[in-house]
Amino acid sequence: MSRAGPPRARRSYREATARRRLAGVLDAGSFEERLGPADRVTSPHLAALDLPVAFDDGVVVGSGRLGGRRVLAASQEGAFLGGGVGEVHGAKLCGILAAALRERPAAVLLLLDTGGVRLQEANAGLVAVSEVMRGVLAARAAGIPVVALIGGGWGCFGGMGIVARCCDTIAMSEEGRLGLSGPDVIEETKGVEELDAADRGLVWRTYGGKHRYLLGEADRLVEDDLDAFRAAAIALASVPRPIGIEALSREHDLLARRLAAHGAATDAAAIWRDLVGATFEELPLLEADEFLRAVGGARLEAR
Amino acid sequence: MERLEFELPSARPAAAGGAPVVVGVVASGNLEILVERAEAPDRCRFAVSTSAHGFGPVWRAVLEDFAARRAVAGLAFSVNDAGATPAVVGLRLEQAAEEFLGAAP
Repeated sequence: MSRAGPPRARRSYREATARRRLAGVLDAGSFEERLGPADRVTSPHLAALDLPVAFDDGVVVGSGRLGGRRVLAASQEGAFLGGGVGEVHGAKLCGILAAALRERPAAVLLLLDTGGVRLQEANAGLVAVSEVMRGVLAARAAGIPVVALIGGGWGCFGGMGIVARCCDTIAMSEEGRLGLSGPDVIEETKGVEELDAADRGLVWRTYGGKHRYLLGEADRLVEDDLDAFRAAAIALASVPRPIGIEALSREHDLLARRLAAHGAATDAAAIWRDLVGATFEELPLLEADEFLRAVGGARLEAR
Repeated sequence: MERLEFELPSARPAAAGGAPVVVGVVASGNLEILVERAEAPDRCRFAVSTSAHGFGPVWRAVLEDFAARRAVAGLAFSVNDAGATPAVVGLRLEQAAEEFLGAAP
């Protein structure tokens, strides 16, 4: 389809709020929120600590349409306490995954933007994150694809990083980072010699979407653009990745090959060089589509 | 947290407004505002929960100005504030009224 006029302006996914991300990714006007702000289901832990609460506890959940198909979705608000998972926030994530088993949507979308467990309610948050993992795996076992979108300012870290990797598929932008311990945590515990969290180039090539794509952990690399995330979500929502002993064996085989081939690398750049060749130094500067062309099939993939 | 409540006179809005809307995010220097329908036909209700103590007179001044300037009678504004400045509060109130009632008059 061709359209006249100037090229469409990009709408940043990273800069959008959790609500605007949902509105931009789902079919226009299709989102129906559950346990919305007016229900005022807020955190009792934050109230007990005399800290500000949010009417939605930092996560928006509900149903909508994606390319005409009915889906359930959750979107974390990174600006509220770093997208941290507290008891209510976690229960809303679990609830939408449990609803998927009853309602059998075409897919569940998780728009993740989180540093992991909310420290102010650590124990409740830890339990919640483990329940979210169980919820994701239950939905997958029922044949409902769970798609993670990662492109917010906080990326996706801690237990929620594990949740992302429990999903069928992941779409992320270069700026959307994925990991277990974030750069600041590593610098704090192991020293700046181990990882300089202020070195953004190092942080992005270690945690960013391009590295996760090359390692075979992210399925789609997209530009920081709401329409790009929407297109990736539509494509991935119809690609379930069944889990079973065979799939797990393939994944273990991939990890063994990765360790054997790249286990000695001290910087992600060394892995990029091994995979892509001499042009690896240009990769950080490329737009998503240029990057994908430059990389071609040179990425780690389960087989 | 300090909790403040105000009930201020205002003019009737041209449109009634529909489902509750929320604008803004509870983040440092920012706030969220939830707008809902309320009963009073000639007054507007504000319920503020703020992390910055002792600013009741400033809140009153900002909210009185807003209620006088915009026709928001019959609405209830609930605020979770994390230390927003009066200017930010004013902009968010405008945004909240606009999203609840439709485009600005």
